[in-house]
Amino acid sequence: MAMDLKQMYREIVNEHNLHPTHKHEMAGPTVVLRGVNPSCGDDINLQLKIEDGIITDGSFTGTGCAISQASADMMLDIIIGLPEAEAERLADLFMRMIKGEASPEEIEELDEAAALQDISHMPARVKCAQLGWRTVEEIIRRQ
Amino acid sequence: MNDFVKDFPILADGRYVYFDNAATTQRPIQVLEAVDDFYKRENANPLRGLYEWSVKATEDYEAARETVASFIGAASAQEIVFTRNTTESLNLAAYSWGNTYLGPGDEIVVSVSEHHSNILPWQAAARRTGAKLVWLECAEDGSYPGSELAKIGPRTKVVAIAQVSNVLGQPKPIRHIADLAHKNGAVIVVDGAQSVPHMKVDVRELDADFFAFSGHKMLAPMGIGVLYAKKELLEKMPPFLTGGEMIEYVTREDATFAEVPHKFEAGTVNAAGAVGLAAAIRYLSNVGFDFIRSHEEKLTTLLMREMAHIPHVELYGSRDPAEHCGIVTFNIDGCHPHDVSSIMDTDRVCIRAGHHCAQPLMQYINAPMRATCRASLYFYNTEDEVYRFAESLGKVRGELGYGS
Repeated sequence: MAMDLKQMYREIVNEHNLHPTHKHEMAGPTVVLRGVNPSCGDDINLQLKIEDGIITDGSFTGTGCAISQASADMMLDIIIGLPEAEAERLADLFMRMIKGEASPEEIEELDEAAALQDISHMPARVKCAQLGWRTVEEIIRRQ
Repeated sequence: MNDFVKDFPILADGRYVYFDNAATTQRPIQVLEAVDDFYKRENANPLRGLYEWSVKATEDYEAARETVASFIGAASAQEIVFTRNTTESLNLAAYSWGNTYLGPGDEIVVSVSEHHSNILPWQAAARRTGAKLVWLECAEDGSYPGSELAKIGPRTKVVAIAQVSNVLGQPKPIRHIADLAHKNGAVIVVDGAQSVPHMKVDVRELDADFFAFSGHKMLAPMGIGVLYAKKELLEKMPPFLTGGEMIEYVTREDATFAEVPHKFEAGTVNAAGAVGLAAAIRYLSNVGFDFIRSHEEKLTTLLMREMAHIPHVELYGSRDPAEHCGIVTFNIDGCHPHDVSSIMDTDRVCIRAGHHCAQPLMQYINAPMRATCRASLYFYNTEDEVYRFAESLGKVRGELGYGS
């Protein structure tokens, strides 16, 4: 069911942008990576604690548009507690959802982040939604 | 309602408020038909063929050059080089003139409010030649005080400056700056992309050595632009691009080049675009710059007044609507410009958001997140559209979760 853009902001993006759960510095991250969208200035610093292949904690700091910040916060909701390989699989799924290539059943796995699926109709905002996920993919690939 | 709107097919149904005219304007039917007619009635490769269609295409292309020359007050049509756009025009100047005349220790003066198109070609020229960039810093309203202009000195070889900033809208005293440049033996390269569509420009009154502008910001098709340069400069400069239809003689080892301006127009030209530009100039002349200026000033005054009533909106640049050339740049506290533009898009209000290809200026004015929103008007916009814009803008902060 397509959501209109204002509805998407009201129902999901604003809450995670204005009252994020994970936007803060954290103690003792094992890995830190900066993700940037140069063309729009979205800029996040993603911090993860990875122990024995499990993402046990995570946070981010940064600035950017509401979609980039909210998407990073929702992502951390999902991936904290997961094995790296599972987080990587969901990152790939999120990327496919944003490109309009994931099935409705698959999208359900992404929980709240599924609300961003209509970004696929807004090419100018795709990179904003992907920033957090792209950064976590990069972290896992480098492990 | 505005009498001109009916000439613009894309605007005619009134569904959209188009306030991104500084990026590109819309085209009236007169321009669209001129381009269409060219392809339907006389299309052939100009300057080459020896048959009627090609002769007619050549005549129309060269007539367009005459129209441009008289529109900006050039001494002759030979001083008009057709390019793709302002960016290409400025690159032509920086390459061809820069490579010939710049050397180590020479100074290239640029202003902090330039578009990237008038910065990057000079950065590259500096790297190639050993010259260095000297920056003019603007006041909060976008103006350049005498103490900054005093940086134009004996080492200055070129001053590269926009007549009107694409972010702040403030017109600059080009004649005064040209006099300072000339007194120091330098040339002035003027980016006229945001001025030519909105005000009467006379390149000889300005005493500009180079003057660049784009067709698409003044009702003409995309892909046709102009570089004006004084003929004695063009004659001494080497070609920028080489190839077809810009030569006199070619041997296996060498070539001699055609006269100006053809020396600078290698390859098949955008003749239909030039024809469209001439039609745009005729349309604008019909509207008249007195009307354009007064109408834009009236709308800008209303726009700035309406925006002043909306809490948390910060405007950049001069407080005087007459100093904006229809360009109003702003931010809403706590809201990223891209979110603002996306929300307003759902109300069918089109504005620009981002760094406007002016990142040094974004840093200099300390725009939060290095980006701003920009509403830019043209003569076909209406008071009703300003009210629709303001109504949409007034709701944005609430839509982004603030205040309620």
